[in-house]
Amino acid sequence: MNLKTMKRSTKSNLITFGIVICFYILVQILSAAGLLTNSFSGQLVPICTYVILAISLNLTVGILGELSLGHAGFMSVGAFSGTLLWVTIGSSMPKPLALLLAFVVGGLVAGLFGFLVGVPVLRLSGDYLAIVTLAFGEIIKNVMNACYLGVDANGLHFSLKDSSSLGMTDGKVLINGAQGITGITKASNFTLGTVLVILTLLVVLNLVNSRAGRAITSIRDNEIAARSVGIPITKYKLMAFVTSAVFAGIAGVLYSLNYSSLVAKKFDYNTSILILVFVVLGGIGNLRGSVIAAAILTVLPELLRSMNDYRMLIYAIVLIVVMIFNQSPQMIDLRNKLTARFRKGNSSAKGNQKKGVA
Amino acid sequence: MQFLSYLINGISLGSVYALIALGYTMVYGIAKMLNFAHGDVIMIGSYVVFFTFGMSGMNPILSILLSMVVCTVLGVVIERIAYRPLREAPSLAVLITAIGVSYLLQQVAQLTWTSSPKSFISVISGIPFLQPVSLFDGQLTISAETIVTIVVCLVIMAILIWFVNNTSAGHAMLAVSEDRGAAQLMGVNVNATISLTFAIGSALAAIAGALLCSSYPTLQPTTGAMPGIKAFVAAVFGGIGSIPGAFVGGILLGVIENLSKAYISTQLSDAIVFLVLIVVLIVKPTGLLGKKVNVKV
Amino acid sequence: MKKIVSSVLAASMVLSLAACGSTATTSESGAASSEATSTASSSAATGESAGSGSYTGTPIKIGGIGPVTGAAAVYGNAVKNAEELAVKEINAANGSDVFEWQFEDDENDAEKSVNAYNTLKDWGMQVLAGPVTTTPSVAVAAETVNDNMFMLTPSASSLSVILNDTNDESTARGNVFQVCFTDPNQGVASADYIADNGLPTKIGVIYDSSDAYSSGIFEKFKAEAETKGLEIVAAEAFTADNKADLSTQLAKCQEAGAELVFLPIYYQEASQILIAADKIGYDPEFFGCDGMDGILSIEGFDTSLAEGLMLLTPFAADAQDEKTQAFVSAYEAAYGETPNQFAADAYDVIYSIYQAVLAGGVNGDMDASEICDALKTQFTSMTFDGLTGTGMTWDASGAISKNPKAVVIKDGAYAAM
Repeated sequence: MNLKTMKRSTKSNLITFGIVICFYILVQILSAAGLLTNSFSGQLVPICTYVILAISLNLTVGILGELSLGHAGFMSVGAFSGTLLWVTIGSSMPKPLALLLAFVVGGLVAGLFGFLVGVPVLRLSGDYLAIVTLAFGEIIKNVMNACYLGVDANGLHFSLKDSSSLGMTDGKVLINGAQGITGITKASNFTLGTVLVILTLLVVLNLVNSRAGRAITSIRDNEIAARSVGIPITKYKLMAFVTSAVFAGIAGVLYSLNYSSLVAKKFDYNTSILILVFVVLGGIGNLRGSVIAAAILTVLPELLRSMNDYRMLIYAIVLIVVMIFNQSPQMIDLRNKLTARFRKGNSSAKGNQKKGVA
Repeated sequence: MQFLSYLINGISLGSVYALIALGYTMVYGIAKMLNFAHGDVIMIGSYVVFFTFGMSGMNPILSILLSMVVCTVLGVVIERIAYRPLREAPSLAVLITAIGVSYLLQQVAQLTWTSSPKSFISVISGIPFLQPVSLFDGQLTISAETIVTIVVCLVIMAILIWFVNNTSAGHAMLAVSEDRGAAQLMGVNVNATISLTFAIGSALAAIAGALLCSSYPTLQPTTGAMPGIKAFVAAVFGGIGSIPGAFVGGILLGVIENLSKAYISTQLSDAIVFLVLIVVLIVKPTGLLGKKVNVKV
Repeated sequence: MKKIVSSVLAASMVLSLAACGSTATTSESGAASSEATSTASSSAATGESAGSGSYTGTPIKIGGIGPVTGAAAVYGNAVKNAEELAVKEINAANGSDVFEWQFEDDENDAEKSVNAYNTLKDWGMQVLAGPVTTTPSVAVAAETVNDNMFMLTPSASSLSVILNDTNDESTARGNVFQVCFTDPNQGVASADYIADNGLPTKIGVIYDSSDAYSSGIFEKFKAEAETKGLEIVAAEAFTADNKADLSTQLAKCQEAGAELVFLPIYYQEASQILIAADKIGYDPEFFGCDGMDGILSIEGFDTSLAEGLMLLTPFAADAQDEKTQAFVSAYEAAYGETPNQFAADAYDVIYSIYQAVLAGGVNGDMDASEICDALKTQFTSMTFDGLTGTGMTWDASGAISKNPKAVVIKDGAYAAM
């Protein structure tokens, strides 16, 4: 491979993969040397989850240019379907196969929901699309919270009222409303998480750099122009939206298999917003930024634990300050001036223009 | 009869949503940003009223006026520090900052007033001539809070419409909402206009807070969050940016929520509300009273 | 530019990694030095307190977890304060430190709770006194099993906290114990009490369907009510997202002719229901569970509305016994609030661990797993008298057995029924 002749995008992609792999190796070395704290090793799987979520949301927000506030909803349906599969038939087949099935089912179900939501909703744009996705997320949370599912000798029982309405005398309640699914055998680990992160990156980067990806970005930049040159808008919008949902579902399964219980309350509007924060902070449309921002912002609140009562206060302030510092035009100018001074020799001091969305 | 009572419950809740939605829609219509911290400004306003009126026995009207001053200052300061630097940045950046401000206000409230819930004493109870209305030999009672909220909401709506259409500051707002750049060229002070919008929106939040907590009396640092989101939904429902739309959206949202609780399911009422919202937006993509904007090529 | 940003971010990432390592090591070394000083002080104290049966070894590290920020912060703060108070009292009474104590926030979220647990493990925690709420507790309990860490939760009342499979008693985790009643226990006790004491049999229920505690009690209440011949005429739910307006749920109970409304919910929503009932002139009997305790100390609440409210609670802040009064006055002096049932449970958590530590000869030099085994033996065999009951015992599954007290609110205070 010749680094000089390589396409810029390929080089940039390789750097992104490099960061992930280096991080993985670093963690493995530290872990083998016994230098990792419990706190940090406990966060590895959540980090991977949030990285996948951030990448997949960035596909919708950054690449497609549509604001989604319901990403946690896709995570939720993925998590519940995958976990349900895992707790019911996980013990009756080899573990790797069951695990693979759980992820596939989680991803597919989330993708199906993405499709069902996307078809009517992608006609809307801007803040209206945002509010509809928010509504979708809240509906999922509300319904999953009231969802009771049990199994006994007569088969499956389902109710949206309470567990006694299932009408089972014996048998097992699988989803118990607000108490969710309990007694999950943990199966997620950092290696699995890293593999999934790389898989997500592979698919999303390939999509972005493909013909379809260029069509998608052209829709973002100017929908009318894209339509006028004959790009099938709905098809490409759906493609991005559904792909994004599939990976949110996969991330949901990864997340839920890391804990012994799964409740719908977790996947609320705040979680959707949190993922959006990763995307915006990492740079809209910048996948590598999403990876790094998701990892750092997942660790940050834990690092602030020594602040005790002021922890979330400081987190909020950091969020505001970083946002202003990163995105305010005056600040960007200021930073550009400073960096230009540092690298006078480098003539290609390019302006850092980020694409506006919505 | 029972139906009427559910309906009135719904209108009561809806009028609170409408009041909050007016603030949302003002800010959105003019500054073009979703101010997610609006609900938390409401919460701060409620605490001010709780401590001055509820605990210290201040005159309720004075107490609300004080709360309006506090919220107005707060709103303008937030706008100046957190939102103005990002005026030219992508709209998502301001959205995230607004969420940061929302967390910040909740944390400040918790550190200042602790997380223990307070039971809000209705400001209406401090005004002796306002009494609940009893209809049909007492079978149906409309609380004074409900009547006051609806009246206040209508009055504020009328004032806002008059203000926007008949004063020069209002015209400036219209101009800024239409085209910020062009307004600037025509000599409108965009920054001052947006500050004024935030001042008005926050003053409305103070009133909304006092009335929200008078009807639904638990006050905690997180009190503003969910009504804030619901009111945002109401504003979108009615057509965001439209002042009558916020009112209609709020009332409808409250009525749908309560009727679905009454006749379908108390557990799934939120899902039903949001489902109706999605259907409305698919049929009418700019909300009930929103105007259609033609995209220029 | 982007490169710089990303390299800065990457650098800070590495820093944060390093910081993780370094904070842990500093805290360890800090702990080590404090251990050294405290052993010195305890050996100094041994002379005076020898023979009194009090504790002389290395301090035991107790960790607490609960929501001290967010919507559930009120419960977490109560537990945090009471645990701190109990640890201070015990240490002061003993003359040397028995416990070192640290509390971590979990925002009422399973993920954050497991993070908090791991942070506490890094600190060197040997006994876990938490978490406070049910969902985080279920997640953390599964982690403690792997580490064989003794876990005693003050208030997470679901069976799924102590059992791996809620339908099967034999799947008890073994190392997880509760100080509060279990949800089924409360639901059944409430239904029994209503049926056995001639209270109205046409019952309406208003519960929080988005909350594991509330829906858990309701589930068992409903089953027991059926066998006891009680008629549930209306079962209305609300969720955390639409709890601002509870008037419709109340109106439905009224319409269905409920003469008693059962409220297996927390006190702030209950206060709202009482106010709303007053507004529409609906006056049934109200009956609550332990989450109702605290209703009399809500700032601004007109306690005359709570007149006649019955509740099953293990704790009453205005009880006349010496223990409760000492606790309440100490708590009020330290934190400026009247303690609720969460605080009382948490106080009992620390004192019961203390009793077991003394009886089982547990020492801070033992590792967490050894301590766990010793405490398990003690807890399943000992009897504990605390604030929330006398003669409390635990069975092998970790569930507590104590007698719920039924009280009724009379003249703004609890009165025995």
